[in-house]
Amino acid sequence: MIDAAVWFVSWVAILGGSVFIVAGGVGMVRFPDLYTRLHAASMTDTGGAILLSFGLFLQAVFVFGNALAAIKVALILFFTLFTAPTASHALAKTALLSGLVPLGADGKPVLGSPEAAARLARSRADPTSDETRAPKETR
Amino acid sequence: MFAVATIALLITMVLALGRALAGPTLFDRLLAVNSFGTKTVLLIAVYGFLTGRPDFLDIALVYTLINFIGTVAVLKFFEVDDLGSGIYQEDDY
Repeated sequence: MIDAAVWFVSWVAILGGSVFIVAGGVGMVRFPDLYTRLHAASMTDTGGAILLSFGLFLQAVFVFGNALAAIKVALILFFTLFTAPTASHALAKTALLSGLVPLGADGKPVLGSPEAAARLARSRADPTSDETRAPKETR
Repeated sequence: MFAVATIALLITMVLALGRALAGPTLFDRLLAVNSFGTKTVLLIAVYGFLTGRPDFLDIALVYTLINFIGTVAVLKFFEVDDLGSGIYQEDDY
């Protein structure tokens, strides 16, 4: 009974993680600009890693009976959850700081100039407020 | 099921390599390389379970940390052209 339950749950977790990961890879190739690609890639880094590590953890504990492997898998997940979002954040901030302007849903830049992007990265202003947005006529 | 996860990871690594080669900006390449690194960590872990001998998990553990340090170091180098710069100690952020 417990074997079947563990088998089912770890199958679902590992398959779900695989789906997450492939979807993120496809998004990384097909999305239109850096920031959307960053979203796709960091989804895989967190969602895929959590599901896959959870499945591996269950397998290590109940199927392999290897406590050391289970602890190591948990540690890998722990470090990944710290480092992957931090790296994504640093990447997005450096890109904005270097003047890479995000594209809006209509495919037009949401900020007027690279300097506005760098200013936004340096400030703590709300990016959705009217002052930091591009003027209407340029959009 | 480990084979499925391995194949999914390999597919995504190929897609990430495609993005790393295609660019177009430097940050896209770095994003792809960082993502490739994270997938490598998962691949090492899954491959250990696939072969029934999860002995390579230490390597995956170390690779997680190296991947992060590498990404942040390259980002800092792009931004200030100097890894030893104390720019982030200035309190203008």
